[in-house]
Amino acid sequence: MKRLINLLLPLCGIGLALAAWWAASVAVPDLPSPVRTWQESKLYILEPLAKRGESDQGILLLAYYSLLRVARGFLLGIVIATPLGFLLGVSSTLTKMFDPIMQVLRPISPLAWLPLGLVIFQKSEPAALFAIAVCSMWPTVINTMMGVRAIPQDYWNVAKVLRLSRTTTFTKIIVPATLPYMFTGYRLSLGIAWLVIVASEMLTGTPGVGGFLWQEYNSLVYAHILLAIITIGIVGFALDRLMGMAEARLRAS
Amino acid sequence: MPFLEVRGLSKSFPSPAGVRHVLRDVTLNVEQGEFVSIVGSMGSGKSTLLSLLAGLTTPDAGTVLLDGAPVTGVRDDAAFVFQNYSLLPWFSALENVRLAVQAAFPGDSAKEQTRRATDALERVGLGNALDRKPRQLSGGMRQRVSLARGFATEPRVLFLDEPFGALDALTRDTLQQDLAQLCAGRERPVTTVMITNSVEEAILLSDRIVPIVAGPPASLGSPIVVELARPRTLAQLAHDEQATHARANVVAALTASLQRRGRSSFNPTTTTLTAAEPAKATGQA
Repeated sequence: MKRLINLLLPLCGIGLALAAWWAASVAVPDLPSPVRTWQESKLYILEPLAKRGESDQGILLLAYYSLLRVARGFLLGIVIATPLGFLLGVSSTLTKMFDPIMQVLRPISPLAWLPLGLVIFQKSEPAALFAIAVCSMWPTVINTMMGVRAIPQDYWNVAKVLRLSRTTTFTKIIVPATLPYMFTGYRLSLGIAWLVIVASEMLTGTPGVGGFLWQEYNSLVYAHILLAIITIGIVGFALDRLMGMAEARLRAS
Repeated sequence: MPFLEVRGLSKSFPSPAGVRHVLRDVTLNVEQGEFVSIVGSMGSGKSTLLSLLAGLTTPDAGTVLLDGAPVTGVRDDAAFVFQNYSLLPWFSALENVRLAVQAAFPGDSAKEQTRRATDALERVGLGNALDRKPRQLSGGMRQRVSLARGFATEPRVLFLDEPFGALDALTRDTLQQDLAQLCAGRERPVTTVMITNSVEEAILLSDRIVPIVAGPPASLGSPIVVELARPRTLAQLAHDEQATHARANVVAALTASLQRRGRSSFNPTTTTLTAAEPAKATGQA
């Protein structure tokens, strides 16, 4: 019974949201209703992997392009951010040196980084990766740093008493002790990377969910904007869940 | 020449209320193979003293000589057992011990390192728990792993920081006797300094017991010799005259130092407590 209610309540919420959407579509003539959105989008959803043209592809294929881009940008970001986090965690001198810069760089919007990326790399793809990496790396830097600082004195004592080498201390104590924090950082970073993808695809016009959204807005197919938005939301949610699961497994082991 | 020689050791720490003098003019000699316990109440500076002896921290004044050489850092022939086990939770019992073995015997093959670690765990009765993580072990078993880690590197000197302080009374009794056996059953005698707040534990394990003269700053009183062959058992100690005598002396020394601290004019450095002081048995500590 309880499980049934737990299942029904989210469905009620979705129903109410659809009702609000429908009401809004009545008030705003340009906004497609849920039914019209479905009718105009079902080709993309029912043939999710179809490729009819460069700009006319199934929704899964579009999501795949975006995911690929996010994966590359995100990986680039954490490859830079993780060692940086360790360095800042170990050395308070480095922290004092770079903390102000970090605090200033952190709140900069992806929309601001992208043109700079275009100037530096001249091409849209590396510029997008640059924007994703630069925006998404901060939670990883900060969480890794916090993780290193949160290592209990006990573990440092073990390293001291056993006279472990720097390398051994790093691989056997610092990394395992920091791993859960690092993964929290990765999860947050991935969330940001996914936020950035839409903006960067819109500005660079590359194929993907974000590019599709902007292109369909320009072609006045407003139903597809909603399709893209819902897709972005669902994919983002799925990514977060996956990372959350990985994180939970890590904490349990 | 004593194996461990401590001369005029002092240590203070900065605190919000000004400098806190924890130890003043501590002097101590420990012979090779001897087991010495430093007994005092909580917060008396025992742990600070042990960190200084082990080279984990540096003194403000005074010297520690181990085997004739001044202690400047953690020595490779020393082992340390912590009160709170200090096992790495992501490693199994075997991996925790092997980490110490790897650091101590880097020249050994991986197989030999594993054998040493396994042997050490078997000696503390954990041969069937090699692959268990610390959180799957009871407190007593964790401290056994910690002891195994200490003994696995075949140290010449062993520092025990209230090794059984976090355990329940029954487990503590068992482990104390196991430690007595471990110390006795070695080919090469290990010199051991243990700090504890249990007089009974000190009597069971030590050749000599040194009471802390409560401070701050704390210093050491005169050692009390326990003239009984090691290893001993708790049952043997319960009615032994020597043990009763030592117990009374330690308790008297500790009580006297605590009572003197109650008077504000008390200056611990000018006071000496000797084993010959009237042995007023004031009950168990």
